Amino acid sequence: MINITINNRKIEATPGATILEAAQAAGEKIPTLCHIKELFPSGACRMCVVEVKGKPNLTPSCAFPVEEGMEIQTRSPRVINARRTITQLLLASHPFDCLTCPKNGYCELQSLSSEYGIDRVPFQGKTRHHYTDFSSPSIIREPDKCILCGRCVRICEEIQGVAAIDFTRRGFDTMVLPPFEMDLSETTCVNCGQCTLACPTGALHEVRAVEKVIQTLQEGKKYLVAQAAPAIRVSLGDFFGLPPGTNVTGKVAAALRRMGFRQVFDTDFAADLTIMEEGTELVSRIRKNEKLPLFTSCCPAWVKYAEIYYPELLPNISTCKSPQEMMGATIKSYLAQKQNIDPKDIFVVSVMPCTAKKYEAERPELSSEAGIADVDAVITTRQLNRMMRIFGIEFGSLEEEDFDRPFGAPTGSGDIFAASGGVMESALRTAYHLLTGKDLEKLDFEDVRGMSGVKEAAVTIGERTIRIAVANRLGNARQIAERVKQGNSPWDFIEIMACPGGCAGGGGQLFGYDPERVQKRITAIYSLDRSRTVRMSYKNPAITAVYKEFFGEPGSHKAHELLHTEYEPRVVQK
Amino acid sequence: METTQQTRPIDEVIAKYPKAREHLISILQEVQAEYGFLSTESINRISSYLNLPSSKIFGVATFYNQFKLNAPGRIQVAICRGTACHVKGSLNLLDSCRQLLGIEVGQTSKDGLFSLETVACLGCCSIAPAMMVNGQFFGRLDKKKLEYLIETWRASGRVEE
Repeated sequence: MINITINNRKIEATPGATILEAAQAAGEKIPTLCHIKELFPSGACRMCVVEVKGKPNLTPSCAFPVEEGMEIQTRSPRVINARRTITQLLLASHPFDCLTCPKNGYCELQSLSSEYGIDRVPFQGKTRHHYTDFSSPSIIREPDKCILCGRCVRICEEIQGVAAIDFTRRGFDTMVLPPFEMDLSETTCVNCGQCTLACPTGALHEVRAVEKVIQTLQEGKKYLVAQAAPAIRVSLGDFFGLPPGTNVTGKVAAALRRMGFRQVFDTDFAADLTIMEEGTELVSRIRKNEKLPLFTSCCPAWVKYAEIYYPELLPNISTCKSPQEMMGATIKSYLAQKQNIDPKDIFVVSVMPCTAKKYEAERPELSSEAGIADVDAVITTRQLNRMMRIFGIEFGSLEEEDFDRPFGAPTGSGDIFAASGGVMESALRTAYHLLTGKDLEKLDFEDVRGMSGVKEAAVTIGERTIRIAVANRLGNARQIAERVKQGNSPWDFIEIMACPGGCAGGGGQLFGYDPERVQKRITAIYSLDRSRTVRMSYKNPAITAVYKEFFGEPGSHKAHELLHTEYEPRVVQK
Repeated sequence: METTQQTRPIDEVIAKYPKAREHLISILQEVQAEYGFLSTESINRISSYLNLPSSKIFGVATFYNQFKLNAPGRIQVAICRGTACHVKGSLNLLDSCRQLLGIEVGQTSKDGLFSLETVACLGCCSIAPAMMVNGQFFGRLDKKKLEYLIETWRASGRVEE
């Protein structure tokens, strides 16, 4: 440890830590705008400057390592003055439409202005006038609100390996744009929405959906049902001041019901359905030893990524629709039949931690032949929060309620779909049963859990060893996909989730790129799994019922018709 | 700069460079020297050659003034924005030029006749405000003179020696 002084307080810091990290560890808050935890410092915004004794200039704390005996002031008059000036300069070129901005209340620039008590902007800066890009089904780009911090560019390139946007031009004309100034929908963007989490201002946010859902609810012409993804239960509480990872499952169901949804379902059921279909597919491919390894298909951003970069691997991707689509398809077939409702009158709203799900719901092949889409509208966790506020639903006063039958009670195997490695773990629990006819004794696969980039394990089932890999973040998908493409991969089954930590860290969650918060959600998900009476998909009574009454058996003709899909290569400028 | 010379295929132009990111600028320069500008196709080809996303290459190509993303017009107008010309009103001249040609700086007119650029200093401050058109200098300009010249060139389709 090295000894330093921060604000006249002697503390010990880890060697190699930056001043920012040391200060944060010591409980001193330093504001940042361009900094992204875990990535190499960029030092672009200068918001994190501090005074270091003996240095003539202010030092960017995100990019400067601590040294023995360093004396640091993080809130001296000079530092505060510099931060105020930087904020004022940013505001001088910012459109002042905060009251009507989608980021209102969640904007980091707005917070800084408030925290530093900026009551006037003494400079008159030039403002940018670029059109707003509405082309993407998931993400809206408003370059006029961009402060050029570069977080979106770095997340897209360094975390996701997509690089759909970059800095272009120079000086005041600098703008973050797709190549050739194309619209976002024409680029390699996979709609994951991590850029919307990273963006400190309103320059990147998700496509609107709340108005359409409210209008449909109030018109009363449609039979509205809602489904909520596993990740929502551990992240909605973020918006109401609860500690990260608080389980609010019962309140999600209650809130949706209060808004007027006729029935509210848990996507956990469809996750189990996915496992039955995908597990069967895996076992069949293993028995025939064909089209291996099998890739999961739950993540629409990964599917789009594969369609763009690895068309040759498309036969290896599971033909299973994602849980939200399976849920929609089952509601509009099985449930419609059972409850005697015309599928044309049903309007399915998905609550997802994801922006790519919006795009997925619009994929033409995910509609029936009669043109009835599996899912009619997708709202993110953020938009569910927005809707609850519009409807005046007091989160604190909500009594916990259960999700509706016939899709039954949540299961552990469905819950863990929210975490990276969860689909893999659930699939293994069921594949073991499908291959051996027995129940797995130890249900927990610790090797595939957690936030690391590539997780590998080997599982012996009967006489066969199944080798598995889990890629957490799209940036890590490439190395796995490359090995499979070259034909020298050791794996049989591969799970890929585009967002850091899986859906728990999805692009539709509370704004802010924060791996620690995601980790807390994941921890909550696994403790939820342990608390469930049913932890294997094939033991879910609702699953048994739906196959008995409707689909027949996993992989049946009817299941294929309704629960499976296909993929097509995409040609875009990479 | 009317060239009738045969151009080489882009793969031939870039083949001598190692497939590494640090050669990007040299590659862009050579490709531009060959074709006069960097087309979308060229950038995409370089992108797959270097295994570098096209967004990165577009970023570099728009950062440096030397790179052009549009095919230059047959008549290339370069308005001097040096100090002397600025004092003599070259900003107004540039505005007039943008209006007369109907294009912005860095663009080429739809018929491919005119392209417009600015340069830092042409080195002929004694005749400020000045412009260079296809290598020829025109000085002591005002809006009227500019209008006359451009209309003449538009009618004849070329710049007389």
